[in-house]
Amino acid sequence: MPGLEIRGLSHSFGPQTVVEDLSFSLPQGEVGCLLGPSGCGKTTVLSMVGGLLLPAAGTIDHSFRHPVFVFQDPCLLPWRDARDNIAFGLKAMGVGRRQRLERADRLMEIVGLASDDGAKFPHELSGGMRQRVALARALAVEPDLLLLDEPFSALDVGLRRQMQSLVRRLIAERNLTALLVTHDLAEAVRLADRILVLSPSPGRVAARHHIPEPFVQRDDGFVHCMVNRLLADPATAQALAVELS
Amino acid sequence: MSRSRAARILDYVWGGWGAGASLLLLTALWEAGHGAYGTLVLPAPRDTFAALWTMSEAGKVLPAVLETSRNALGGFLAATLAGGVLGAAAGASDMMRRLLQPIATLLLGIPAIAWVVLSLLWFGGTGLAVMFTVLITTAPIVFAGTAQGVRTLDGSLRRMALAFRVPAPVLLWDVYLPHMLSYLFPALAAGLALSWKVTVMAELLSGAGGIGDGLASARVQVDTVKAMAWVLAVVGLLLAVEYLLLEPVRRHLQVWRREMPGTGAAGTGGF
Repeated sequence: MPGLEIRGLSHSFGPQTVVEDLSFSLPQGEVGCLLGPSGCGKTTVLSMVGGLLLPAAGTIDHSFRHPVFVFQDPCLLPWRDARDNIAFGLKAMGVGRRQRLERADRLMEIVGLASDDGAKFPHELSGGMRQRVALARALAVEPDLLLLDEPFSALDVGLRRQMQSLVRRLIAERNLTALLVTHDLAEAVRLADRILVLSPSPGRVAARHHIPEPFVQRDDGFVHCMVNRLLADPATAQALAVELS
Repeated sequence: MSRSRAARILDYVWGGWGAGASLLLLTALWEAGHGAYGTLVLPAPRDTFAALWTMSEAGKVLPAVLETSRNALGGFLAATLAGGVLGAAAGASDMMRRLLQPIATLLLGIPAIAWVVLSLLWFGGTGLAVMFTVLITTAPIVFAGTAQGVRTLDGSLRRMALAFRVPAPVLLWDVYLPHMLSYLFPALAAGLALSWKVTVMAELLSGAGGIGDGLASARVQVDTVKAMAWVLAVVGLLLAVEYLLLEPVRRHLQVWRREMPGTGAAGTGGF
């Protein structure tokens, strides 16, 4: 089963252990979610999976060739317009200017940006549009693994819902695998096939949940019911207690 | 940007009407001052321009302007190099900053005229003395700008670039350099403006040729018209550097700040 396989992962920053003995597997084509309160090491795990950090102990095996990040802050270059920002990853890969701008134009359409938004600079775009540019930038390099680090948490409720649907649709269309980091249980239920609940610092696995229902069936009623059902699990409720209070 | 380069240049030149009007107003005030105080204190603008023309025809102005430009730009380039390298070191390392910052502050505190006297003693009345004075007075400004630029590099942008496995040249060109320029360019512009003033002052005292030397001889002859004509030459040089070099570069660099809160309408015409 190709996909992501993590065994016995631990990491510390100086004397402080942030992640301890974490193991989980994510089959190819599924969306996994690391759910937990702030400071439980979710982003650290994501950084290790994406190769930005080397794990202190444990192994990460995967067959993905192009893991790519979408961060909470869109991290756009303020001095480049939206089109050049989308093409930034392609520039890093050595794709020629004309070709990368053509691909940026196609992606703008896919993520729902108008073509004249391409010439706008980041400060001229709204928060939601900036996050769309960041998403397009990630998709431009044709990734096979999406690493989503709370990408919707800075958006308001309506925009967040739109972006969640867009991401889930793109994941399905392009047969991507994704690992999402969030502290929002409803977001996890809405997007993920597998949820790994982490306990507060240091991050350990507190609970594992599998949600087999297809994405199209996950309306507000479903999400509400599922959130309540997951919170009925004492280990999940305890790990998320900090957030709930 | 969808506007063509030609349209932007035309827009820029059209914006020159504002600057022209402001300079004409100043000339009118000058004329009024001449009317009130007489030629010895403030010669008439027309006489001054005529004197500048006569001096040019006699072949005095162009060599002096070239000499002054060589001194100012030579010193400024050396200052940019020294201030840039040391500033980058101070921005990147805390220890270097602690070591270099007090020296830069101390150098900034010493009046330029003191450096003129010292460099005359060290190098004699040559162009080298003038360039050294420019170097030592301008370098701390470039140093401060560069250090600030390096220190404030955005860590999250760097992390994003690393996540995309960006090679070093792209990281430098697309991430580091544009950020640095927003700090470095104002420092360079201020440094360059200072270079001219310090050059003229050093030339005046050293007799090393250039516009300053011309001013010194006008002073000896108590020739206010000639002195004003030389001032006019310096001002012309400064305006040319500002509006033909610095301002276009500034606009080019700051396109991405257009309509940013607090920056005014940087993308529209007008000086």
